Amino acid sequence: MVRLFRFLKPYRWTVALVLLLVLLQSLSELYLPTLMSDIVDKGVVEGDIPYIWKIGGFMLLVTLGGTAVSVAASFFSARVSSGFGRLVRSQVFAHVETFSLQEFDKFGTASLITRTTNDINQVQQVLMMMMRLMVMAPMMCIGGIIMAVYKDATLSLTFVVILPVLAGAIWAIAGRAMPLFKAMQKKLDRLNLVLREGLTGIRVIRSFNRTEHESQRFEAANRDLMDNAVRVNQIMAFMMPVMMLVMNFSSIAIVWFGGLRIHSGAMQIGDLMAFIQYAMQIMFSVLMGSMMFVMVPRASASATRINEVLATPPVITDLPAAAADGRKADAGKRQAPGRKGTVEFDRVTFSYPGAEQPAVSDLTFTASPGEVTAIIGGTGSGKSTLLSLIPRFYDPDAGEVRIDGRNVRDMTQEELRARIGLVPQKAVLFTGTIADNIRYGKEDATEEEIRQAADIAQATEFISGMPDGFNSVIAQGGANVSGGQKQRLSIARALVRRPDIYLFDDSFSALDFKTDAKLRAALKTVTAESTVIIVAQRVSTVMDADRIIVLDEGRIVGIGKHRELLATCGVYREIVASQLSEEEIA
Amino acid sequence: MSESRKPGAPGAFPGAPGRGPGRGPGGPGHGPMGMMMVPGQKAKNFKGSFRRLLGYLKPFRWKLIAVFLTAIISTVFSIVSPKLMGHATTKLFEGLMSKTGIDFAGIWQIVMTLAGLYLLSSLFSYVQQFLMAGVAQKTVYRLRQDVNAKLNRLPLKFFDSRTHGEILSRVVNDVDNISNTLQQSLTQLITSVVTLIGVVVMMLTISPLLTAILVVTIPVSFIVVKGIAARSQQYFKGQQKELGELNGHVEEMYTGHSIVKAYGHERKSVAKFNEVNERLYQAAWRAQFVSGVIMPLMNLINNIGYVLICVVGGILVTRRAIQIGDIQAFIQYARQFSMPIAQTANIANIIQSTIASAERVFELLDEPEEVPEAEDAVVLAAPQGNVKIERVRFGYTAETPLIEDMNIDVKKGQTVAIVGPTGAGKTTLVNLLMRFYEVNGGRITVDGVDITKMKRGHLRSLFGMVLQDTWLFNGTIRDNIAYGRQGATEAEVVEAAKAAHADHFIRTLPDGYDTILNEEASNLSQGQKQLLTIARAILADPAILILDEATSSVDTRTEVHIQKAMQELMKGRTSFVIAHRLSTIRDADLILVMNHGRVVEQGTHAELLAARGFYADLYNSQFAGTGAVSSAV
Repeated sequence: MVRLFRFLKPYRWTVALVLLLVLLQSLSELYLPTLMSDIVDKGVVEGDIPYIWKIGGFMLLVTLGGTAVSVAASFFSARVSSGFGRLVRSQVFAHVETFSLQEFDKFGTASLITRTTNDINQVQQVLMMMMRLMVMAPMMCIGGIIMAVYKDATLSLTFVVILPVLAGAIWAIAGRAMPLFKAMQKKLDRLNLVLREGLTGIRVIRSFNRTEHESQRFEAANRDLMDNAVRVNQIMAFMMPVMMLVMNFSSIAIVWFGGLRIHSGAMQIGDLMAFIQYAMQIMFSVLMGSMMFVMVPRASASATRINEVLATPPVITDLPAAAADGRKADAGKRQAPGRKGTVEFDRVTFSYPGAEQPAVSDLTFTASPGEVTAIIGGTGSGKSTLLSLIPRFYDPDAGEVRIDGRNVRDMTQEELRARIGLVPQKAVLFTGTIADNIRYGKEDATEEEIRQAADIAQATEFISGMPDGFNSVIAQGGANVSGGQKQRLSIARALVRRPDIYLFDDSFSALDFKTDAKLRAALKTVTAESTVIIVAQRVSTVMDADRIIVLDEGRIVGIGKHRELLATCGVYREIVASQLSEEEIA
Repeated sequence: MSESRKPGAPGAFPGAPGRGPGRGPGGPGHGPMGMMMVPGQKAKNFKGSFRRLLGYLKPFRWKLIAVFLTAIISTVFSIVSPKLMGHATTKLFEGLMSKTGIDFAGIWQIVMTLAGLYLLSSLFSYVQQFLMAGVAQKTVYRLRQDVNAKLNRLPLKFFDSRTHGEILSRVVNDVDNISNTLQQSLTQLITSVVTLIGVVVMMLTISPLLTAILVVTIPVSFIVVKGIAARSQQYFKGQQKELGELNGHVEEMYTGHSIVKAYGHERKSVAKFNEVNERLYQAAWRAQFVSGVIMPLMNLINNIGYVLICVVGGILVTRRAIQIGDIQAFIQYARQFSMPIAQTANIANIIQSTIASAERVFELLDEPEEVPEAEDAVVLAAPQGNVKIERVRFGYTAETPLIEDMNIDVKKGQTVAIVGPTGAGKTTLVNLLMRFYEVNGGRITVDGVDITKMKRGHLRSLFGMVLQDTWLFNGTIRDNIAYGRQGATEAEVVEAAKAAHADHFIRTLPDGYDTILNEEASNLSQGQKQLLTIARAILADPAILILDEATSSVDTRTEVHIQKAMQELMKGRTSFVIAHRLSTIRDADLILVMNHGRVVEQGTHAELLAARGFYADLYNSQFAGTGAVSSAV
């Protein structure tokens, strides 16, 4: 938590100002009872009405001043905490955008989302609370004690008894309730899980006639949750009555002992009344302070998670020399517009962090412009991993990936990726119009280019079927288009880029056979001069490739054309055999 | 979801400082806390839903009455005490002024009375909260049970037309909301009202003039709170909107991270983020500020009242119109007075949103249920698996009929292949056979018995299903396979796993059959999961099978295993297969060709080819591709 507060640095003077304002506010609150005691002791006892008016007016001024200060404190603390949130948020987001897929794998996408959104909100809110209430609590407490001692030091000894009792009661009750509160969340999650399983598996549950069984699971989780909730609330039922009892008994004690003090002439009646009020202020601040112990741990868990993200450096960065190189290469490219894009793998080995075995090992092959290179193999054979090494989503542990003879590590990521058109396995679209989504591949694409790309991707038909054509809006996550439509749009996005290298990661799986065939026929014309690398499951997709690479458990077990491989490669034959019949009906 | 409101979560201590009954003499400067004026929702039929919610409380009516009584008693006691305390102060003062000495015996008596009152007040307040804990949580428990029981009776139609999130939010969040209100706000409302009335009465007995001064401050604070609340609501809405947009952007960018990187859009994405972030900042600080101003302003009004009481009270005391202790008591009453007003306004909002929640839950409870089962249900003692569909009509909606006059006759042990492009509505048939949906006309019979004449449970026990979206639950592999039959022995489970070619891979897992599948069952591959569901179906040993052959994203070897396991499973059973393999289709006794949700053709492979219809088209268009493969082998 404290480490995160380094982001408060630009606001350090404002924070100091807030603290000062809160101090002034506390002082004004503490001053009022003293003034009241003056009214009683001097005004009422001596019957001095003008004095009462005078002090009354003064009290009004103090309270007005206190309010003004407090409003100002609210203003500045709102700006500081929101500003802090803004700063941390943008830092975290910008940092996450530099992450490679490796860091995404490490944290998990869902967790990164929570860290960027909820966790930061949590910390921001607690910061606001801290600046207002938590700072005020100790000030009021200490200030109250000082004032009380000043009013009557001997009577203040009652605090020596009261405060430990109060703190002890809070500690005892909260200490018992805390573990139950924590268990509460787990039991709620459990209930959620049972429910969610019941919903996703509803057909299976009903067909196996296990509704009763599921109901029992639900009942058990529900009862468990209820028992826990009843226990928590029964313990918490002690909290308020005990607090009230302690406070009320203290005020009685103060009246009694105060009476004795007055009797002996050591104290005045107004002082006693003020004293009682100070006692209450002190006790309330202890209560408020105890809330800190509830809120701060929650926020600090969030803060730790945010810090984890910020403390993780991205493993893939541009070499300093690459930037300069890139500019040269760019210039070179413009001079020689001849299409290039030879992709070379030279004894490449890569393992995911923490994995026992490499995902791909010792890969060596070359994919040249104007050729189609297909990669086939079972699940987990390393096909997608191979593909993601080309745009440098991961860096190999050994060996080199080269494009036109240059190691991809020697280029800037921007320069490298500008030459690649990737169509991922799971089509991802963004909120915006269809045209926006296609334009994602090339920001300055003309309308004509977008239309052409959509044509080739066989997307024009369904796009023109939509109410607003190319201007139809895609909902978040592409919820309003089907899987096949998504794939076609993500293909169009790659096409509009006119890249040197096309990477298709099993990108035709959601298309029916006819569309698949038409699309691939149309693709041939545009990709004629580019390097095309296709990852596929279906044999029919890869059959007429110029080169088929067969992967098995991360190793290349065969390279060649369809017929060659049938003759030489056992794994390939096995794949073909398993799909033979399936191929006839898509 | 996990950060949603939890019942009595830490931070929401029942009774933040300064709440409810028995509040001791308070110094100035503790305005109402926790007044976050977050926009609430309104119920459509407030009265009806409210009454229905009360119905749930009925079994606890005696306890509830006890709760109310203890709440009232505890509050009344706490209201009386400041005045008594004032008497003590007055006695001190009088003793001091008259120089006759302080009446300590009298004060001691008051102190003892007070101690007794405080003790009783706290005791009753504890009993009240203790009882309420039981009432609230048990009510909510029953509500959840009812909802779950209801879900079990709802037709599949309900679940297919709603997202899981939507249903979950009703069962979890809405019920939770009700639980919180029952636990805290209900008794708070009672104590607030009692306090309000009691305090006014007490104040009037002390001094009508002072009371009048205080009462004038009420409308002022009301206007202030309302005015600010309206503004802050507006800002909170703005904040919520920007926050929603920001979260949406983050989610989109993170889930599409590889695309953002591949197309080099990082800088653009950050720029967009910063733009939204800036707007969020503008809305957020305003919302924070405006809502943060409520407290000091309320405080100001309170303090003005406080000052007026001190001044006017002081003057009244010098004129001997009231006693000095009365001022002290009055100051305390003034404090107790402003609290419940602010609280009642807040509680009104909370109750509104609670009733809205209750309404959503009741809506779910009122959904039409499955057609009730036949009274004298038929039970097939030895099911054969003859399935007949006679003149069946069906459509998910009345406007778009999908099946009109469908007739098929499947004999025991035959195989029916269902064929068609993706999205052709092949699950429709499954829905009808298993009676997940009701036919609109005609009938379906199993061994000559109309399926509507059977108990659903019995009917479904005749069928075994292996679908593509394999469903496994959070538990051991053994439990998941044993799901197919209650009371299956260990040996039977292993045998089924062996028959499904799953035994081998299960034994390679570190915990074997005791391996616990995690929430998304992501510790198994797709193919392995499918093998488990086949094992489950084998163990269930049904007369009729429904299989989905689609095995995309499964590696070759597992694929071979799945094929073998399915063939094993189909032996001697009537099978409906959503077919993807030519061998299955060619060998099928009957092929149903579906397109756009309709059965467009039916017949055997040879018949359909001869008919030169949709099937022939489909077959020929794909034959071109396979010709090469077949000839090459």
